[in-house]
Amino acid sequence: MIRKVCFFVAILGASLLGFGQRVTLLNVSYDPTRELFQDYNAAFAKYWKVKTGQDVTIQQSHGGSSKQARAVIDGLDADIVTLALAYDIDAIADKAHLLPSNWQSRLPNNSSPYTSTIIFLVRKGNPKKIKDWDDLIRPGVSVITPNPKTSGGARWNYLAAWGYALRKSGGDESKARDFVSKLFANVPVLDSGARGSTTTFVERGMGDVLIAWENEALLGANELGKERFEIVVPSTSILCEPSVSVVDRVVDKKGTRATAQAYLEYLYSPEGQEIAAKRYYRPRSAAVLKKYAAQFPNVKLFTIADIAGDWKQAQAKHFADGGIFDQVYSANQ
Amino acid sequence: MRLQLKQKSILPGFGLALGFTVLYLSLLVLIPLSATFLKASSLSGQQFWHIVSSHRAVASYKLSFGASGIAATINLFFGLIVAWVLVRYNFPGKRLFDSLVDLPFALPTAVAGIALTTIYAPNGWMGRFLAPLGIQTAYSRLGVVIALTFTGLPFVVRTVQPVLEDLDKEVEEAAASLGADRWQTIIKVLLPAVLPAALTGFSMAFARAVGEYGSVVFISGNMPLKTEITPLLIITKLEQYDYAGATAIAVVMLVASFALLLTINLLQAWSGGRLKRAHANELPETAEFEAAR
Repeated sequence: MIRKVCFFVAILGASLLGFGQRVTLLNVSYDPTRELFQDYNAAFAKYWKVKTGQDVTIQQSHGGSSKQARAVIDGLDADIVTLALAYDIDAIADKAHLLPSNWQSRLPNNSSPYTSTIIFLVRKGNPKKIKDWDDLIRPGVSVITPNPKTSGGARWNYLAAWGYALRKSGGDESKARDFVSKLFANVPVLDSGARGSTTTFVERGMGDVLIAWENEALLGANELGKERFEIVVPSTSILCEPSVSVVDRVVDKKGTRATAQAYLEYLYSPEGQEIAAKRYYRPRSAAVLKKYAAQFPNVKLFTIADIAGDWKQAQAKHFADGGIFDQVYSANQ
Repeated sequence: MRLQLKQKSILPGFGLALGFTVLYLSLLVLIPLSATFLKASSLSGQQFWHIVSSHRAVASYKLSFGASGIAATINLFFGLIVAWVLVRYNFPGKRLFDSLVDLPFALPTAVAGIALTTIYAPNGWMGRFLAPLGIQTAYSRLGVVIALTFTGLPFVVRTVQPVLEDLDKEVEEAAASLGADRWQTIIKVLLPAVLPAALTGFSMAFARAVGEYGSVVFISGNMPLKTEITPLLIITKLEQYDYAGATAIAVVMLVASFALLLTINLLQAWSGGRLKRAHANELPETAEFEAAR
């Protein structure tokens, strides 16, 4: 009898040690990637199980991009961060030294496996005849966009407008400043995050046009009802590059580096790219982009490097206290 | 002084109880708050002043304290009426209404904010009637006052209610039979009795409103210089990784709130003391009895 029990205990122990190798990763992300990572996590778990025999569980955390970065700085044990802009991951490197400051060069495409752009969502029938950026500064047009000081997504919105005006005027900064000043004079509500602005526009009926990420707008238009909203694609816009990185200090402490690294690399694989495309993010892979070309409107895209240098420069010049956004905003009052 | 305090109590354990109280308050309140001061002290005096006196910060103090004051005043007035009705009258559904008063306590503030915004937005139940009249409620300062009034509702009602319950109906009848008219009964007999409790309720409602964040951010529109409350400004600074700036504003809020609460507490002690003195003059026997005791 005792032997039998010992035998069972031994088997149980062996199975726990041998087969129960279970890795848990925490992916700290921003708001509109919920649907993307729901699909991607399931696909990666399957891929990893086949490849290594290891079970992997991925926990997700979503919220405003800067808020999420702050949680990681303050000690949230994220193995991976997938945030809306490189500046937020820079902040984790600078303030908490959890990863090296050259993190962006460690993965292809500046560590940005999928991209998006900034477009407009208007009410059905486009009653205000909004076609391009210039229509947003017309008197009487009410524009909904979140506060670029609190929302990472809104900083892309702002830079898209800035870039449009800057390029149109052939690089005249005073014209660009004038443009964003008029644009924000037309904004009646400044929500603190992108999802808040979507709610204000969709549910509260505020505003004539919502400046939104393409993936949010496509998701919104396709799932909230095509009969209520229309997508308007401006002539040019910015290439939004959400960034991803492994958090070195955390993965080394937890011993999860190999899995975390593979998790991010798999995002660049054909399967990963296809999942991103299905969730309306523009894939980097030319082949996958071609396959899904129909769903992505044709926009001339410029990058942040074309109009504002890198994120640190953009942050200091536009969004820091006393920066251009503060100046044009106070002048409007 | 200490000796006197000791003598008054029949039960032993003054030292232990006081020690426990000090420890408890330190752990819960003093230590976290002093951390705020410590963080803010990383700024030089000039930097600190520059942050806390900026145009945007001053506009937010005015809104936060102004709207909280208005909301607490509304609650003081209507809270007294609600408490009076709930204590003095019997009507069907009284228990239900009584529990409704506590709802703003229990409801997550975000839910309250979203619900109020839905109702007062230009396409909401109330908003669609107010908007044509040119009254913008959601996304304006009025919206902030509405949200703060909602969250502060229970305080005055719940502090005044027990006092009114203790106040015998006979007192009013006595006043009437001694020739006081209705207004005199209310102003000279009832109000002095409930005033200290009402002031406590007022200061609690005010304090709660000053610190309120969750419900306001949904309804206010969050426009800097116009509808941005101070707690939101603090969060905004945090989102920009400006920890020192956020704590500087927090220190201003702390000091201002503490000064206001202290003033109200002193006012309340004064009105309570005046009441006791008035009673002592009117009813010498009671005073003597209390002195003897």
